[in-house]
Amino acid sequence: MTRPVLEVRDLKKIYGEGEATVHALRGVSLTVERGDYVAIMGSSGSGKSTLMNILGALDVPTHGSYHLDGVDVSKLADRQLALARNRLIGFIFQAFNLIPRTSAVANVELPLAYAGVKPKERRRRALAALEVVGLADRARHEPNQLSGGQQQRVAVARALVTEPALLLADEPTGNLDSHSTHEVLNVFDQLSGAGRTIVIITHEPEVGARAKRLIRLVDGQIVEDSRQSPLHLPPVGAFAGRHAG
Amino acid sequence: MSFKEVIRFALRGLSANKLRSALTMLGILIGVAAVILLVAVGNGSAKAISSRIEALGTNTITVMSTNRGGSASTALTTDMAAAITDPTMAPDVKSVSPVVSSSATITYEGTDHSVNSFVGTTPSWFTASNTPIGTGSGFTADDEAQGRRVVVLGQTVVEELFPGVDPINKQVTVGGALFTVVGVLKEKSSTGFQDANDTAIAPLSAVRQVLTGYGALNSILVEAKDPGKVDAVEAEVSTILDQRLTLTAQSSTRSSSNTPYRIQNASQLLATQTATADTFTTLLGAVAAISLLVGGIGITNIMLVTVTERTREIGIRKALGAPRRVILNQFLIEATLLSVIGGVLGVAAALIGSSFEIVGVKPVIVPSSIGLALGVSIAIGLFFGGLPASRAARLRPIDALRYE
Repeated sequence: MTRPVLEVRDLKKIYGEGEATVHALRGVSLTVERGDYVAIMGSSGSGKSTLMNILGALDVPTHGSYHLDGVDVSKLADRQLALARNRLIGFIFQAFNLIPRTSAVANVELPLAYAGVKPKERRRRALAALEVVGLADRARHEPNQLSGGQQQRVAVARALVTEPALLLADEPTGNLDSHSTHEVLNVFDQLSGAGRTIVIITHEPEVGARAKRLIRLVDGQIVEDSRQSPLHLPPVGAFAGRHAG
Repeated sequence: MSFKEVIRFALRGLSANKLRSALTMLGILIGVAAVILLVAVGNGSAKAISSRIEALGTNTITVMSTNRGGSASTALTTDMAAAITDPTMAPDVKSVSPVVSSSATITYEGTDHSVNSFVGTTPSWFTASNTPIGTGSGFTADDEAQGRRVVVLGQTVVEELFPGVDPINKQVTVGGALFTVVGVLKEKSSTGFQDANDTAIAPLSAVRQVLTGYGALNSILVEAKDPGKVDAVEAEVSTILDQRLTLTAQSSTRSSSNTPYRIQNASQLLATQTATADTFTTLLGAVAAISLLVGGIGITNIMLVTVTERTREIGIRKALGAPRRVILNQFLIEATLLSVIGGVLGVAAALIGSSFEIVGVKPVIVPSSIGLALGVSIAIGLFFGGLPASRAARLRPIDALRYE
């Protein structure tokens, strides 16, 4: 049996103290197998962003354990956390978070640079990643010369260029119009089809419908966990999406 | 991640915001250049002052009577001047020149010119007082002994009386007597408000006969054998004079305030002037240091703004797996590059600026000021660039990302 990519046990996150205490997560347990395509849905305040930050090793839980690709992330020191973020996780943010005034290909190269890859090899892999998201011809453009959808696709390329165990996307379509949303979601479907493990956090049903597995979060707890399509087949949502589009 | 990579990142960071980088560098440039240049100006004026004083002759002392027109018993006499030349009592004395001087009107073919100092002295005075002859010749010891009426004129006198005419061997009238011009002094730089070139020099005997009479001397110029012996000469001269004056004036009090003469030492004058000039340099340096400090605050300000503005970028970089060290290094190198490039340009600007004359002073660069200015600017850049950078690098990525 293969090791799960992601395994969290009884995750709790508490902000503030005394009267102002906020329980953002009230004991979340979750296992994600390799190749799965999970959408975590929930309304604003349901704790999904907190969960995302913890899954992305950007924040630490108050309680509970978190294993990422077999590594206990909650026990890592700052330096090793940086390494884990670099090697194990590919991030995609709602606000794209590309480095301004820096070309698309340089943005994609950035995680490789921090991983210590040689410049030549870096350039080759960055261009390959841009090819995957269909932006090889825009490699020299700076973020402000790209549309929102294109910027998000550059961010996706940046997330997958290090071949991470997990692609983590926080509301990737939140800032996009429907056309751009479609572009980006097609890229996700394609990546899932290629066997990548993806976790998307969203509040848009359209995005959730495309995933192989749907998790609903309410008030810091999982209330629904349903499989929409088999783990080892391309996501059904992909076809539905294509027909609809 | 190699060091070269980090430097490349830093350069990219700087070039991403060219105007801000250029302005920061300009601030440091001005601060550094101001320090170096102002210290150089102070140093240059000090050098100019001391070279002017050295032109007066640093290996001489001047003995002057403090009793102006006093009784003959306390006055300086030619006998005293002769006594100072005694090789046993005063072994370090090279020459002694008794000096009388008065103002006089010189007339040539109906043109009048009054000189401030019509000096009567001996030929040794010319070398002792560092007053070389330009054209013609000085007078000789024989001229002095014979009381020949010959005169050496200063440049200003020549310009007034002999415009476009060679004054040598012309005859001028001074105090009703005819003097033959035998030479013209070389032009001398003036030290004060008095024109050093408005003078005329004639043999002591002739001047006493014609102008001043056979009373007291105005002063005695004593030349030491070398500049290091000036203090010894001063002691020897005062011993001789004390003996002489005690004999003649029967003065029992020996306190210096009561001595009827005063000894002026050119090297003391030089020391005083140099100290004044040093104070001046320090003052200029202080003003410049303030401007460097202001430049430093400018760097601090811009570094703070830069790092704060890029907190989000730092968050992104951390999310992509940048270790704290790499982020800190990047910002440190950016700050160092800014201050080093700005500082080096400032040094270059100061070196270029120092080749021009500034308010009449030729600046002379003090090498240590370059090191100091550069060092301070780099230290400021490192410290105030590093401080906010280390704060930002320590932020949790989630906080840095949320930063707006």
